[in-house]
Amino acid sequence: MKGSLLVVTFFFLGCLLGWKDVLPESLQEGNLTLYVLYFLMLQVGINIGADKKLKDIWKTLRPELLLVPLATIVGTLAFTFLISLLIPRWSVFECLAVGSGFAYYSLSSILITQFKEPALGVQLATELGTIALMANIIREIFALLGAPLFVRFFGKLAPICAGGATTMDTTLPVITRYSGKELVFVAILHGILVDLSVPFLVSFFCSF
Amino acid sequence: MNCLENQITFAGNCQDMFIVIGIMFLGIALGYLLRKVKGIENLSKSISLTILLLLFLLGVSVGGNPEIVSNLSTLGWQAFLLAFAGTLGSVVAAGLVYRFFFKKHKL
Repeated sequence: MKGSLLVVTFFFLGCLLGWKDVLPESLQEGNLTLYVLYFLMLQVGINIGADKKLKDIWKTLRPELLLVPLATIVGTLAFTFLISLLIPRWSVFECLAVGSGFAYYSLSSILITQFKEPALGVQLATELGTIALMANIIREIFALLGAPLFVRFFGKLAPICAGGATTMDTTLPVITRYSGKELVFVAILHGILVDLSVPFLVSFFCSF
Repeated sequence: MNCLENQITFAGNCQDMFIVIGIMFLGIALGYLLRKVKGIENLSKSISLTILLLLFLLGVSVGGNPEIVSNLSTLGWQAFLLAFAGTLGSVVAAGLVYRFFFKKHKL
């Protein structure tokens, strides 16, 4: 929770400063953001590569457990596809790119703003990135608040799938509470896999 | 709008996507090589700080963009629809998987 609050605060701080126009022009240049993004992805990669626990998790993997992240991805994208028909402003692929954030609002918004710039220009790319930010924050909120409801109507796996990429940290407590402690491992594995899929799926849909 | 079609008009690069994923894989390889190095786990803190910086920069682009600021409610509504659809889709899929694969067996 604290982490999410901090991220949103920094975003609003940036908004405020950007609106007041107090910062030098160079900060608003796309290239700085791009290089920092490169740096981020390098660190994310190193973090994954150096993780000793991942190997152990991989060894104890039961193939059926892969159905859970698969359900999240397929379910999210299918319904996102349907709702995109009601949003004429953006193409199906652009909506799918937003949906591919799976509640990972920080990375998905940054990637979309960056990747859509060549095709849409800074203005629209930033708009779509902002939508991605808001949509994925809202999704995280849905997952946190809706867990008991989801279990009631869709079963114990539902809060996990709803949580998307956040099920290994942010939504894990809520999942443990309403789905049960026995699903902790499933939730963590699910979170890791969906989290990893975000950069790939977002890039993929941004390329159309 | 296809990325490649419009590359001449706007700044930025279609290759950016490949570079970003490529850098991530490079990082994974590097991380694996450096896995015995002490303190490599402290990267999580640095990652969080980098994300804060990036979100700050995103905020700057948004704040300095009067068109986005004035359209915030429209954008917010679109965001809500997408979030709602995505969440609903995932719980429905979860329900199906639970019903057909896991209800009988132990999870």
